[in-house]
Amino acid sequence: MLAKRIILCLDVERGRVVKGTRFLDLIDAGDPVGVAARYEAEGADELVFLDITASHEGRAIMLDVVRRVAETIFMPFTVGGGIRTLEDACQLIQAGAEKVSINSAAVRTPELITALADRLGSCATVVNIDPKRVQRDGREVWEVFVSGGRIATGLEVVAWAQQVEALGAGEIVLTCMDRDGTRSGYDLEITAAVSRAVGIPVVASGGAGKPEHLADVIEHGGADAALAAGIFHFGECTIREVKELFLRRGIPVRPPVF
Amino acid sequence: MVTIVDYGSGNLRSVQKAFERLGATTCITDDPHVVAEAKRLVLPGVGAFGDAMRSLHSRGLVEPIRAHLLADRPFFGICMGLQLLFETGWEGGCHQGLGILAGDVSRFDLSEGMKIPHMGWNTVAWREGSSRRTLLGNSHYFYFVHSYYPQPKDDAVVAASTDYGGSFCSAVARGRLFATQFHPEKSQAAGMLLLQSFLDETR
Repeated sequence: MLAKRIILCLDVERGRVVKGTRFLDLIDAGDPVGVAARYEAEGADELVFLDITASHEGRAIMLDVVRRVAETIFMPFTVGGGIRTLEDACQLIQAGAEKVSINSAAVRTPELITALADRLGSCATVVNIDPKRVQRDGREVWEVFVSGGRIATGLEVVAWAQQVEALGAGEIVLTCMDRDGTRSGYDLEITAAVSRAVGIPVVASGGAGKPEHLADVIEHGGADAALAAGIFHFGECTIREVKELFLRRGIPVRPPVF
Repeated sequence: MVTIVDYGSGNLRSVQKAFERLGATTCITDDPHVVAEAKRLVLPGVGAFGDAMRSLHSRGLVEPIRAHLLADRPFFGICMGLQLLFETGWEGGCHQGLGILAGDVSRFDLSEGMKIPHMGWNTVAWREGSSRRTLLGNSHYFYFVHSYYPQPKDDAVVAASTDYGGSFCSAVARGRLFATQFHPEKSQAAGMLLLQSFLDETR
């Protein structure tokens, strides 16, 4: 049976992992390659590298990071952040990424989704969607934001999710902004609504604070995978603990250690 | 030497690095003459069936790959590299494949609520009595990412099956031809064992 995935997200700035400093015994805790290898050994099912540099110079550094990661770990990883063109995406895939993810660029130029899917395959084309609960004319709307939650798009999340699927995306990473960074659990309601509305896998993101949260969003949010960063980076829980909880709750999971 | 066919299919680097990790020397090529001379041929690939065949044709690679397979020389296909072995692929229309194995490659037709692509880690049940069953058992997880799956006409070529809304063929074997729908190069230790067994058997 297909296992539910636990995905680790690493923020990379100018080729350095930021916010992830748990591995104090590593010679260089900011080295993406070393951190990736450690999470591979701990049983992460996938990794996401999010380039938060977003400058021209940063792109070349990121390509080098991707090449070095691909030489070292033998598991799937996605690269996102600052991808604006088909060329950007192709370079990352050729460097060894399994998938690429786009967010703001998908909203600005939806045809980029189709261009990526045609060239790289839907399976390699991931769209990140960041919804936020907002009040419009006295009712709540789940509106899509870009640029780290700063810019409203006017798009409603379920409709946009269906549109990105129709345009060729093979997976959605859904980061619910009201929960992101709060450690209070994923937004089960929005996640469930989006997961029900599309036929492609949905990765839940934003709000993980303890192992139960990851299990909850799989069981009650209809997510195919749960993405987290802080709780693993800061050592509040281990991947093994989450997987053991999944097993106890009867959620299909790849066993903690091979 | 492991010869990896480059037909513009993207991520060849992971495949190359996996074989190199196991101590093999590798070469990535799109030269039909090099492919024709290959001892062990690896056909990786992602993307769409029709594009992949067009790309093989435009580089003059179809004939040397077919010749390699018809001569039963060692071959390892991965993902699209498995699908292309079949007669017909139905991704974005009807496309002719390499036609080495009888059968089609069709889109998953699943019950409501099951997601396509089939993406993530799933177990692989190896054929009873096979060397891979002995080597790997049936409990290891491998990484899959695909929306289309192979439907061989001849059950004898089914080397393994996997459950996703029903059982489908997740690996094929015939003589020294072997191919997987999943990605051994992305499947950590279990994947490396499988690649190692290919190297050992074709030494």
